[in-house]
Amino acid sequence: MPLTGIDDRVVRVDAAAKARGEARYVCDYTFPDMLYAYMVRSSIPRGTIDSISIPKLPDGYYFISAADIPPEGKNELWMIQKDWRCFAEGDVRYVGETIGLLVGPDRNILKYLLDHVDIKYTEGIPAVSIDDGIACKGGAIVGEDNVLCQLYVEKGKPMSEVFAEADSIYEETLETGFQEHVHLETNAAIVTEEDGKYAIYASAQCPFYIRKSVAGLLGIPQEDIIIRQTTTGGAFGGKEHFPDVLCGPLLVAEHRIHKPIKLVFDREEDMLYSVKRHPSKVTYRTALDKDGNILGIEGLVYYNCGAYLSASYVVLQRGVFHANGVYDFPNTYVKGIGIATNTFPSDAFRGFGAPQTLFAIETHLDHIARKFGFDPAEYKARYFIKQGGETITNGHIVERVMLPEMMKQVVDASGYEEKIRKYPIGSGRGIGISFYNHGGAFTGNGEQAIIKAHARLVKTGGRVRIEVGSTEMGQGFQTALRKIAAVVLGIPIEDVDYDNPDTSLVCDSGPTAASRSTMIVGKIVERCAAEMKERWAEGDFSVEKEYEHPEGHPWDQSTFRGDAYLGYGWGCAAVEVEADKLTNEIHVTGIWSSHDIGHAIDELIVHGQVNGGIAQSIGYASMEKMENRNGYFRQSSMSDYVVPTSMEFPKQEWFLVENPYEWGPFGAKGMGELVFNGADAAYIDAVERALGITVHRIPMPPEDIEEALGNGQ
Amino acid sequence: MVSRIEFSVNGRKTVFSGNPLTRLIDVLREDLSLTGVKEGCGEGECGACSVIKDGRLVTSCIIPVGAVNGSEILTIEGIRDTDKGRCLVDAFAEGGAVQCGFCIPGMVMAAYALLSSNPNPSEEDIRRGISGNICRCTGYDLIVESIKLAVRKGGDLWA
Ligand code: FES
Ligand code: FES
Repeated sequence: MPLTGIDDRVVRVDAAAKARGEARYVCDYTFPDMLYAYMVRSSIPRGTIDSISIPKLPDGYYFISAADIPPEGKNELWMIQKDWRCFAEGDVRYVGETIGLLVGPDRNILKYLLDHVDIKYTEGIPAVSIDDGIACKGGAIVGEDNVLCQLYVEKGKPMSEVFAEADSIYEETLETGFQEHVHLETNAAIVTEEDGKYAIYASAQCPFYIRKSVAGLLGIPQEDIIIRQTTTGGAFGGKEHFPDVLCGPLLVAEHRIHKPIKLVFDREEDMLYSVKRHPSKVTYRTALDKDGNILGIEGLVYYNCGAYLSASYVVLQRGVFHANGVYDFPNTYVKGIGIATNTFPSDAFRGFGAPQTLFAIETHLDHIARKFGFDPAEYKARYFIKQGGETITNGHIVERVMLPEMMKQVVDASGYEEKIRKYPIGSGRGIGISFYNHGGAFTGNGEQAIIKAHARLVKTGGRVRIEVGSTEMGQGFQTALRKIAAVVLGIPIEDVDYDNPDTSLVCDSGPTAASRSTMIVGKIVERCAAEMKERWAEGDFSVEKEYEHPEGHPWDQSTFRGDAYLGYGWGCAAVEVEADKLTNEIHVTGIWSSHDIGHAIDELIVHGQVNGGIAQSIGYASMEKMENRNGYFRQSSMSDYVVPTSMEFPKQEWFLVENPYEWGPFGAKGMGELVFNGADAAYIDAVERALGITVHRIPMPPEDIEEALGNGQ
Repeated sequence: MVSRIEFSVNGRKTVFSGNPLTRLIDVLREDLSLTGVKEGCGEGECGACSVIKDGRLVTSCIIPVGAVNGSEILTIEGIRDTDKGRCLVDAFAEGGAVQCGFCIPGMVMAAYALLSSNPNPSEEDIRRGISGNICRCTGYDLIVESIKLAVRKGGDLWA
């Protein structure tokens, strides 16, 4: 077999099994004597539980609740904090909060029982929107003011001085809505017992997170629980912490029942009762001189976190750290506040807090540019941050920034210059452009201080096995990681194995999140492989290594000052639209993008990520509307919450610039989230130009566009 | 109500006795262990459960088994080792169509149905042919390209 080169085109290692229908997802597993579980959930957004009445259970059926947690355990899931309860007890804080599990052999009987569970509540008044939360509607849910988390960053002079010098101030508020992941495989898990230990099979991004989160429910060591990731049918952040919410109750049930138990959400449950992207409300006040030059920007960023913290504090940090976009403004002050409400907790979703503020800053700058008669692209380019430039957290950009080159690629390929002349504002056609970035890996020194990732290679004869906790969820990591190892070792990729992780067999290489896997875990594997190659003649042996933090990235986590990220991915996207003046339907007629991801480990995989990320991002800005009224999500199916089909968007044109990253394997940086972070703003820019309207929120489905037109906005 | 329903699955005669309202997908996945048929939505919206019934692409999650009496059903398991099936699977793998894979068996079925009736589809035909199949990962471009690749590589296979 030929050796593998890093720029060789390889066939994804998981493609054929998936296409042949042979890959096994959790739903495809069965065990002898397996039981099924259904969740009993809160049907109200806020209130106290007065009584729970369960119909008489036939033999072999169980109701599991907080009462089944043993005395040595605690009713809490351990994510960042331990505030999210495994089972609601005493009160409920959102619609869909887990109250119990019904477990038994026959699903029809379980459904009948579920329909006859009768829970009586004394209802409270729910806070649903960010404004409700700020106003402490119905009384505070958390603390005295519903503030779950907050932080601020500042750069340059105090904003009071900047505003005093300004000729004008441009202030506006931009909002983004919920977004549902709609990974095509719904959430699911199976719990069982094997050799005196608990074993959980889960569709999940982070097997080690689950173990850590649920062990405390039974008061047992984490090692007594084995998590086996099964082939995961998409995740996008929706399976980062959320699997804990399924696996916790299942573990408690297993402790009592001792039989295999399977829990699979149907689509309606997955839509209504799973985490979503944080809605946001961002207010910018921008100080301008008389020519429209930016003197400074003040930002106030609110994220709707729902009833529990989950990962919100980290999401909010990322939102704040991306609130200046790709620009170097002389003076800024940005404050971020995570507000508690009575909605399903918001959590990780591709981009992890960055898309909200990036949309807001891009759109805000478009509006300022237009007010002063500048072309937005030309106006923004004046402020592009450069190598050595000071970031919003008083750190510096270490790498070369290739935004001008990327902009040129996109402008040339899309015919931007010609089209802005050809399509006057309000002509029904428009082209928009946006710029964005994504900080790679965990914030600041998190990789060094918190994660401390490990990776291991095991050599047996001529074959090498990768043992890491990182997961394949569709992004292509199994292929990318094997390729890295194979190339360094100088062996064919077919001789490298890397299975879905089992926490009892592999080392903890940290979560599969934050676009960190290739950049961080890939680098450790590269180092392991380099040593293994040198010692190749030694026979069978293994090499394990820990993450090494690159020098020269100072960071203070208590003040949020320094290099918030080890490096950034960069992007530029253009979107062209045509509006149907009768129906207000917007047709996307062209999509162009350029990204800097360092060096691509596999171009075909990157191509797929770019296409998918951009489609999801334009969906976010246009059609993907998830509303919450009085605490209830209104879209419960794939016909109500519509994601893009093959007919929505034309074929994309895409480019990469080559900018090898010093500390990544073969120069690679993260990319899975970057490609989501900007096409939404380009789309809205195009819509604004085509229709001559000013947009302040996404999504903008046709009915909202109609309203905006009617308002003469 | 118990009915006896006879139909063929992947060329094999099958008899189902039970409630005729049972969803075809459940019979395929659970009684016949054909787990390549995936459930993404259960309401006919996503296409993950696509199978071919008497030559036409259908979503097996909204078809009661009672409606397939006398029919011929083809699932991914029934085509993957045929020349056409192999051609499609290879093209999907080579063309980068597969990410998480959950939509893919259904996509392969949609492509199979499309190319069987239209051996030389345009880009537009392909996009329409898979428009009932949702993919959340790929943005579709590489699926479309892979189907074009299957046309090129398959040649006479589809004629
Ligand atoms: S599962 Fe049948 S169409 Fe979605
Ligand atoms: S590959 Fe994941 S849904 Fe299509």
